[in-house]
Amino acid sequence: MSEHKADPTFEAARRRFLQRIAGASALTLAPGVVLYTAGSDEADAKAPGEPLDPKVRWGIVIDTRKCTKECDRCVEACKAENGWDAKPGSRTDVQWIRKVNVKDPKTGFEMSLPVMCQHCANPPCVDVCPTGASMKRADGIVRVNMHICIGCRYCMMACPYKARSFVHEDLPEQNKRFHAPMGKGCVTSCDMCAHRIDVGRIPACVEACDKGAMIFGDLNDPDSEISKFVASFPVQQIRADLGTDNGVRYTRLP
Amino acid sequence: MKRGLLLLAAFLAVVLGAAFQAAPAAAGEVAPKVPIDKTKGDCVLPADEMRRQHMNIVKHRRDATMYQGIRGGKEALEACLTCHAVKGDDGKPVTIQSEKHFCRVCHDYAAVTVDCWACHKSVPEKNPFEQAFRLPGRTMRAEASGLAKYLEGGEK
Repeated sequence: MSEHKADPTFEAARRRFLQRIAGASALTLAPGVVLYTAGSDEADAKAPGEPLDPKVRWGIVIDTRKCTKECDRCVEACKAENGWDAKPGSRTDVQWIRKVNVKDPKTGFEMSLPVMCQHCANPPCVDVCPTGASMKRADGIVRVNMHICIGCRYCMMACPYKARSFVHEDLPEQNKRFHAPMGKGCVTSCDMCAHRIDVGRIPACVEACDKGAMIFGDLNDPDSEISKFVASFPVQQIRADLGTDNGVRYTRLP
Repeated sequence: MKRGLLLLAAFLAVVLGAAFQAAPAAAGEVAPKVPIDKTKGDCVLPADEMRRQHMNIVKHRRDATMYQGIRGGKEALEACLTCHAVKGDDGKPVTIQSEKHFCRVCHDYAAVTVDCWACHKSVPEKNPFEQAFRLPGRTMRAEASGLAKYLEGGEK
């Protein structure tokens, strides 16, 4: 039995090792100084056409010490990737990710952090959905199956993070994104760029962050960058008291 | 009398047989043909089977993508759009607004409304997952470029 179990693990590790070698790249920092990185910008993911791996749990850690108030690259990248555009001040436009600036009035301490769907392990939005449209994939991604969403908006009410939006209007053909269909009368939210993860790429917001404030990876893999990070820093979840066990975590919360 | 009946039966068999044979041929002329670029390979199934099965294939694939993350390949929606694309007067593939769109060719004829294109984009994107938003020059992971900046003295 143990022999039977050991084989696939070894195979997976071997494949990952080979992928890392294949993806290794070099960056010339200064004359004579070359930085080699093992592994490229891509996620260690399944090949396209294969079903997802249920042993994986995708997560994002946001290092709020590096996140600045002025920067909204992650938000802009998400807009460009997924074809939504929230007008400033609008309470009805679709919004997958937003920057939240917080300030302690007593000390004047300010910080900024992006907030999107927190990809809970126990998602309240899935509990309340009457049709099963609000769903959690086996790899931990929480998303809406718009094919069976009836637009009742229970999940929007249930979400403690205000992560979901209702699509009030039809998108014009030229604004539609091929991999992120968005239909009038459905609820929509961040799906951690499932279309990218499925083909081995990292989410658009993580790719766009030039401060190194976002780390994406498999929380179940002890060797991944994200697992090492959460093991060495006191990483927090927003409203951890709710017991939702978020996949999106922050290094420092007020 | 008996011989007369036999003759009649034989006559009817010939006429009806011919009629049954002629029926599909006539229907083939009347029913619209779906435009396809055969240079990109064959469809998932032969045309007569696709006529009956395409909605099942599309629906099955829809669930496989939603729940299991299976993407790409012949059954993917982008593959349908790529091979069946019809170019308009401007040389670009036509959207669902045009009567020439490959879905509408048949669905208008059969008077069956499809909802797919209310949300999905109805024109192909060249390799949509590769074309997905990419910042120029960002092939390294964020940490590495941050370190590069640090070593160059851009950031403390």
